[in-house]
Amino acid sequence: MAISRALEVQEKKELAAKEEKTVPARYYVPTTDIFESDDALTVVMEMPGVERKDVDIRLEDNVLRVEGRIDFSKYEGLEPVYTEYNIGPYARAFTLSDRIDQDNISAELEDGVLKLTLKKAKEAGPRRIAIG
Amino acid sequence: MPMLSYDPFETLLDLQRTLDTFRQSRWLESSPSAGGSYPPINVFRKGDDLLIIAEVPGVNKSNLDIQIQGNAVRIAGSKTIDYPNKASLHRRERLTGAFDRTVALPVEIDPDRVRAECRDGLLALFLARAERDKPKSIKIS
Repeated sequence: MAISRALEVQEKKELAAKEEKTVPARYYVPTTDIFESDDALTVVMEMPGVERKDVDIRLEDNVLRVEGRIDFSKYEGLEPVYTEYNIGPYARAFTLSDRIDQDNISAELEDGVLKLTLKKAKEAGPRRIAIG
Repeated sequence: MPMLSYDPFETLLDLQRTLDTFRQSRWLESSPSAGGSYPPINVFRKGDDLLIIAEVPGVNKSNLDIQIQGNAVRIAGSKTIDYPNKASLHRRERLTGAFDRTVALPVEIDPDRVRAECRDGLLALFLARAERDKPKSIKIS
């Protein structure tokens, strides 16, 4: 991780949805990092072009669904001459374990990066087992 | 741009299809564009002006360096992620590193009339074509 080399382009992965969407547009999968610390699980998703009002985070039946919409009215009147990436709404879902305190989830959005902090339920903290 | 239908959802699909068509665009073929390097760019035209939009999620504008010279645009910077010390990674998909990309455009840019905005992970460069680069019509006497 300490190697410094030129940053590579990650091609956008299109979402192969298990459920069909009613909107006829292509959805993309946001690149995500998930890491865990002692008291919380943090999910960081990259959704460039998504503003605060266009993020939809839902928790239902232990499934966390995140959707980020693009305001494509900004592209009206613009004529593309060269494109390297496509734009579209983002969607990704994760199944949470019951170790997460589902009433205690916070979210931040900055520079197109959504950071979700899911606090772990109190009883599920790591327990040290002493060898008798 | 394709005609706007009255169905707002179709408009997004049309835009996506149009962007896909221009993936094979040879607009920058005669000049170096560093295609395939980071950050990925889309170039749009509005009248005589150009708009370059690059996706740079997680990059703060203090980490970006933009330079214009003649017809070349240079976008350089670095993307870093701070992982907390005692964190155990479950999944890692995001990349970090330095980037430095120069795109040579087929038109000359006026550096005094350039505007750059970086918001929500998108870097937008509003480029105006230099006056002396614009074609001048010649009257036939």
